[in-house]
Amino acid sequence: MRFGKRWFGAFAVGAALALTMTACGGGGGGDVEVKDNASFPAGTTMAKWNEAGKIKIGVKFDQPGIGFKKPGTDTPQGFDIEIAKLIAGELGIEPDGIEWVETVSANREPFIQKGTVDLVLASYTINDERRTIVGQAGPYYVTGQQFLIAKDATWFKTNEDIKGKKVCSVTGSTSLDSVEEKYGAKPVPFGSYSECVTQLKSGSVDAVTTDGAILLGYAAEDPDELKVAGEEFTEEPYGIGYKHGDTKLCEFLNKTVKASIDDGKWATAFKDTLGKADVPEPTPPTADPCQ
Amino acid sequence: MDALIENLPRILRGFLLTLQLFGAAGLIAFALGAVLAGMRVAPVPVLRAVGTTYVNIFRNTPLVVLFIVFVAGLPFLGVQISFFARAVVTLSLYTAAFMCEAIRSGINSVQQGQAEAARSIGFTFGQTLRSVILPQAIRTAIPPLASIFIALVKNSAIAEAFGVIEATQTFHFLYNRHPSALWPLFVGTALGYVIIVFVLAGIASRLEKRLAVIR
Amino acid sequence: MSTTLFDVRGPRARVRHGVYGVLTSIGTAALVAYIAYRLYASEQITGDAWEPFQDPEIVFGVVEGFGLTLLAAVLAIALSIAFGVIFAAGRLSDSALLRIPSIVVVEFFRAVPLVLMILAIFLGFGDTTGRYGALIIALMLYNGSVLAETFRAGINAVPRGQSEAAYAIGMRKTQVMLSILTPQAVRIMLPAIISQCVVALKDTALGFIIASPEAVSVGKQIYSNYGNPIVTGLVLAVVFIAINYTLSKIAQILEGRQRRKGRAVLATAPTTAAGGAV
Repeated sequence: MRFGKRWFGAFAVGAALALTMTACGGGGGGDVEVKDNASFPAGTTMAKWNEAGKIKIGVKFDQPGIGFKKPGTDTPQGFDIEIAKLIAGELGIEPDGIEWVETVSANREPFIQKGTVDLVLASYTINDERRTIVGQAGPYYVTGQQFLIAKDATWFKTNEDIKGKKVCSVTGSTSLDSVEEKYGAKPVPFGSYSECVTQLKSGSVDAVTTDGAILLGYAAEDPDELKVAGEEFTEEPYGIGYKHGDTKLCEFLNKTVKASIDDGKWATAFKDTLGKADVPEPTPPTADPCQ
Repeated sequence: MDALIENLPRILRGFLLTLQLFGAAGLIAFALGAVLAGMRVAPVPVLRAVGTTYVNIFRNTPLVVLFIVFVAGLPFLGVQISFFARAVVTLSLYTAAFMCEAIRSGINSVQQGQAEAARSIGFTFGQTLRSVILPQAIRTAIPPLASIFIALVKNSAIAEAFGVIEATQTFHFLYNRHPSALWPLFVGTALGYVIIVFVLAGIASRLEKRLAVIR
Repeated sequence: MSTTLFDVRGPRARVRHGVYGVLTSIGTAALVAYIAYRLYASEQITGDAWEPFQDPEIVFGVVEGFGLTLLAAVLAIALSIAFGVIFAAGRLSDSALLRIPSIVVVEFFRAVPLVLMILAIFLGFGDTTGRYGALIIALMLYNGSVLAETFRAGINAVPRGQSEAAYAIGMRKTQVMLSILTPQAVRIMLPAIISQCVVALKDTALGFIIASPEAVSVGKQIYSNYGNPIVTGLVLAVVFIAINYTLSKIAQILEGRQRRKGRAVLATAPTTAAGGAV
């Protein structure tokens, strides 16, 4: 089965190149600075990756603005991808040296533990339970649960207005529970956020709910029709997943994120991706101390 | 195991919705299937063509694709109905194609003499079909119809991905809350379906025995 | 065709049927036109909705998706046949120790919705199998169980005299099975097996539920990106219909050939209680 996928994948690369040269770039991926002289203390994970010139990063392929791969292309695009490229650049790894591995919410921990991926940047909320089995550096972005509604919707003033409305989110997500319990909304489960957005656009549901960052991604794609509304009523700090216990790596990741915030690269990454939703630039977060 | 017992009311609510989907879609599909079967054996060529086209389209399209078209598409036709109603429409249209074929093969199995006798006493095509052929055709069609009804119960699980909180969606939901209880939840839900399927199969075999046509 | 349901038409009936025909045509055309108009008005079938299908990358993604769909169907069918053979043999076995578990397995997997199986396997073993693997395993369990019943019916459909004659000349059960019954049963079952291929191919579309890489999942990405579910659905449907229609025709031709040769034939839609090519 793996064989099949790889075979088609290889085929896809060749054909995509033959058919069109627009495969990479599009979607605001700016040029990334790659450190030529990056050097790390011998024996660290960073030194290993730097030497190999390659890294496997687990990202989302289906979340516009965060981590999204257009059907038929090879490189995903989005805020997580930009941050991942910044980190790779600090490691002295060219964007070509990054292998993008699709992760979904269910397989992020096993992928890190088994070494299927080296790092995970996939709208990966930091929580204490997760931190007992995997490392989570950061946060590099803090968001919270909000609502995505039609741009011209007048019924929504505050979060309480969601009572009795049909609110779509992904099956089994905690967001779906919380809007039902907290605000008395009617939950509508779908398989993915993008399906929820389609239902929202056709008027079948009144709102979509999940992390504000994810919603911003959809609003950024369609700023004339959609907007993110309401107060954030949960706090979701996004972290960078790595193998549990690698404190030196964690410190490096935190330092890299901090530097990108200070020199404005973080802001540029936001503006090129989620920022297209016409929202004020968020305040960058401060990283938690490494454990 | 605790997760299963604790959430039993929720699971049963899911199955209630599964049965509602089944009941509503089953009735509509059967009625539509009978009409389509009538069209496919009608003396008017256009009717036959419409019936055949319908069956070929709906029988060969994956049900998921139909769900995509109808659940995401109906609002664009100005039809704003609930997700449950959209699932019923989709399941009915799909299942009707199979019902039609089962009934048609039943019609073909009715002895020619029956139709001839009906015609010789002056019955029209409609009367022949309604009062003589269909009642007998349905009887021979019971086993294939039963398996189509059973398939409908199982197919209704696809609605889980299209906004309907039926049994499989409930399983999916509960798994996310209790990931460690995957197998108890699965076995509980699967058994629910097994029971429905066996009850339906039992009803079918009793009906078949009672209505058997002596030839 | 049950042409005997109506008489040879006289002049009046011909006129009447002509009128019916025209009315049906007008009615159908009006319905199709109305739907088309509504879709047009809501910009569901206008140029923009077709835009993704003019992008070579996306077209390639769709083609790749259908490649994976076909591959999944082929793998699933191959595995199902193996699964079916094993469990059919188990069910036909004289030993209750083999027979009863086989019956339980086959009946269970035929009664449980495929969607539920796909979900459970993906949620339980997804780390190991991946999405594609989870889909194929679920397809194998379901189609394999249906085929096990088909195989059993096929063996049972070989005229009794064949096995009686074989036993009479002193063959053992295994010999009878392998050299007398199976070769004849395969011919009988061929149309039914091809029909099951259509079912398996259609069911690969359920990979959508776990976003397994195949045509419908690619379609989902497209329509949720471009907001054109109807056009995307139509494109997917047309390809599936073309493939399945061809396969069904092949099954029918094979069935016809078997009948002409006067051999027994298993109905292409198995009518056993829980199965059914639906």
